Amino acid sequence: MSTHSPHIAEVAESDLEYAHEEVDHGIAPRHVGEVIMDIRNITLRFGGVIAIRDVSFDIREGEIRAIIGPNGAGKSSMLNVINGFYHPQEGEIWFQGAKRGSLKPHQIAKQGIARTFQNIALFSGMSTLDNIMTGRLTRMNKNMLWQALWSGPAEREEIEHRELVEKIIDFLEIQAIRKTPVGRLPYGLQKRVELGRALAAEPTLLLLDEPMAGMNVEEKQDMCRFILDVNDEFGTTIALIEHDMSVVMDIADRVVVLDYGSKIGDGTPDEVRANQAVIDAYLGVSHD
Amino acid sequence: MTGQLDPAAGRDTFPKLLLANARERADLPAGREKEYGIWQSWTWREVAEETRALALGLAKLGLAAGESMAIIGSNRPRLYWSMVAAQMNGAVPVPVYQDAVAEEMQFVLDNAGVSFAVVEDQEQVDKILSVQERLPNLRQVIYCDPRGLRNYDHATMHSYHEVQRIGREAEAELGSAIDAKIAAATGTDTCVMLYTSGTTGRPKGVVLSHDNIILTSRASAEFDHLTEKDSILAYLPMAWVGDFIFSMGQAYVSGFCVCCPESADTMMADLREIGPTYFFAPPSIFERLLTTVTIRMEDASATKRWLFRTFMDHARAMSEQRKRGETPGPGAQLKYALGDLLVYGPLKNTLGMSRIRVGYTAGEAIGPDLFTFYRSIGINLKQLFGQTEASVFITQQPDDDVDPDCVGVPTPGVEIRIDEESGEVFYRSPGVFQEYFKNPQATAETKDAEGWVATGDAGFIDERSGQLRILDRANDVGHLADGALFAPKYVENKLKFFPNILEAVVFGDGRESCMAFINIDLNAVGNWAERNNIAFGGYQELAAHPRVYQMIQDNIEATNASLADDPMLSGCQITRFLVLNKELDADDGELTRTRKVRRRIVGEKYATLIDALYGGQDSVYAEIEVTYEDGRKGKIAGTLEIRDLKTFPRRDHAPKAA
Repeated sequence: MSTHSPHIAEVAESDLEYAHEEVDHGIAPRHVGEVIMDIRNITLRFGGVIAIRDVSFDIREGEIRAIIGPNGAGKSSMLNVINGFYHPQEGEIWFQGAKRGSLKPHQIAKQGIARTFQNIALFSGMSTLDNIMTGRLTRMNKNMLWQALWSGPAEREEIEHRELVEKIIDFLEIQAIRKTPVGRLPYGLQKRVELGRALAAEPTLLLLDEPMAGMNVEEKQDMCRFILDVNDEFGTTIALIEHDMSVVMDIADRVVVLDYGSKIGDGTPDEVRANQAVIDAYLGVSHD
Repeated sequence: MTGQLDPAAGRDTFPKLLLANARERADLPAGREKEYGIWQSWTWREVAEETRALALGLAKLGLAAGESMAIIGSNRPRLYWSMVAAQMNGAVPVPVYQDAVAEEMQFVLDNAGVSFAVVEDQEQVDKILSVQERLPNLRQVIYCDPRGLRNYDHATMHSYHEVQRIGREAEAELGSAIDAKIAAATGTDTCVMLYTSGTTGRPKGVVLSHDNIILTSRASAEFDHLTEKDSILAYLPMAWVGDFIFSMGQAYVSGFCVCCPESADTMMADLREIGPTYFFAPPSIFERLLTTVTIRMEDASATKRWLFRTFMDHARAMSEQRKRGETPGPGAQLKYALGDLLVYGPLKNTLGMSRIRVGYTAGEAIGPDLFTFYRSIGINLKQLFGQTEASVFITQQPDDDVDPDCVGVPTPGVEIRIDEESGEVFYRSPGVFQEYFKNPQATAETKDAEGWVATGDAGFIDERSGQLRILDRANDVGHLADGALFAPKYVENKLKFFPNILEAVVFGDGRESCMAFINIDLNAVGNWAERNNIAFGGYQELAAHPRVYQMIQDNIEATNASLADDPMLSGCQITRFLVLNKELDADDGELTRTRKVRRRIVGEKYATLIDALYGGQDSVYAEIEVTYEDGRKGKIAGTLEIRDLKTFPRRDHAPKAA
């Protein structure tokens, strides 16, 4: 079999030929497109404390974008700004080519931005299935009366939603805990259910707040695989916060580094790794 | 005796059986799979159509007659279809254990010389790709679940649906050629190649013909009156011969429905939903189910606990009564009916066993209590004895004659012979394998010119029930000094059925009587100690406690009492024992990784203790080396008590020891 498989990179002379080779072999290259979200000169203050200071960066369609930084660097605040939970005093956010006004988080969710939380925020008495089903809320169109009656159109709608939720359950390999109350699940699985709930909203942009925090090595590997698969299979754009550097460098396309609320680095993992300011922020600077 | 199917009947190969089922049982369900939370079903007609599309696709991709095709994954209808699709092309399906690591898989794939592989998902694809340099014959990999595989090089890789699409388009071009191949195949052609798990040395490929599988399946299905109305849950590895016989052989012969669980983790829930009528599980699964029930009953309310206890005691009493050949009175029967309404029925429902008509267990010894539990609540659980080389069935128990100690009467068509000298069981049947693939030497060692195959197990025909009883691996069976039979594993298993006893090692080969080392079960005995206010600091202290000794003594004497009644093994009663002050451990080399006792190593390491047992002392001082989990070594020292045991008059006619 090995004799039949050409080494694509060696065969191809130009980019065009390379692309043709890939198509010939049934390979669909990952698509990273236009800027989907542009964050311009954001400053966020809480009273006298400046949480984020004049930070700008963008997120391209289909990429995995990481935001990293030491504790207190403003990572979660940044995610909350994108998510619409915090409203920055200065700066603009452009999403899908339009400047975003002052919206409530649920309105932003309707625009196609979903997130998970650093501290798990699931309904612990409800089953895995029901928790993921709540992720479909923004997509449910029938009013409460129809849903209370649960017949005709509302029933049909629910069946459609259930089908999508079942696909997510299959995707995340959590069939065995479909009907288990999430409060009884171990931490790593709860994180996976939370990811499932975010996916249920079929987001254009998925925000993950420390998806690997507190996990063991195996759980981290699983989560990495799921993040890459979500990006690969659904083409979902992902922005994630993480302080485990090795994980970030492995899976992110581009990384933005924050320190004390300011941006100190932005680029591919290799560029960021070589950036002196980043090294100083993480390892400390010698003062001699 | 060997058998051959008549080609004229048109049912002598799997592809022909599939066509016959598609004609005669067109709209009956052939298979189900739970996907996206819903059971999806396929009728026999649909299965025939899907299989044909795949077979044509494989032909178009170049699968040729005589080649072999690996099938790797958990139980999925698509993978079962692919076996028949390979056979339609005259190729041989080779199911491979899906949890094997890449290295082990490489050996099997290379040995079988597979040219195609149909696999379940990315995990299996990755394993194959990692060893593909060493698989010169492999040309195509076909996967069922496309997840994560979008960016793989597809020059030699296809999705299952893609192959079926290619096949449907090629119907006009290749359809008649496939029909001709199906018609030309006969029962003597190779049906499947199954690799034995290889606990000793490299795995061997067991070649089985259509005749082997279909004749054995037919005989055993008729034995249990399996029909197209039955259903089964396919959850054991596809590479295991049992699954091939139950989920392919008997299913195709009887036309019943094979249900595939959603994933290995959801097996129990799926079992409840499907409620199969025909069920196989190794004893460990039955044991796990019973433990779950017991634990949940402990948490139940006092009324429910009382109900459970009362009616379970009644069920047990009634089954003992039946065993003695008595018929329970109308009062007892009425009470049983009430129990069925209140306890047994709901319990069976919870276990997913309400509809089971025929249940089997095999593979290792099953505890009589465990066996009786299931039988007493009205589940027709039976035992069978089989091997890959026999296409599974050698003996099986009839519905109305079930003895926990025995494994049944020969399946119709099977002949059994017991070697006078070694006690080893030999058999000859239509199911006897053709050969070990590319290994004529091993074939000759196992199967003689007349077709008799050695099982490697020693046993005898029990005069009370007329059924076969398996004692031990033939290599382990020995004789006491007076010539009586000595089967250590049989006795050890009997001891281990007591919850207090975790491990037992019995000595006696060439000696005048049997003696035993015991390991207590720290969980069970610790629990008992807590309830009885016995303070203890650890295993060593608990093991030496006089009351624990007394408890173990009672257990062994009960075993002796039951052994005394045994026509062959009453010489194996244990005369003296000690409780080891250390748990036997795989880290110390005393057990294998699968927790089987390494008799020789234990014998060498504890030679002083054995001498003390046979030397008649009532205690012995011992220093034992232990290896801790981090690899450091230490010593446990202490004085062990040795106790004499009561034995019972022997029922056998062997001479009494002087």
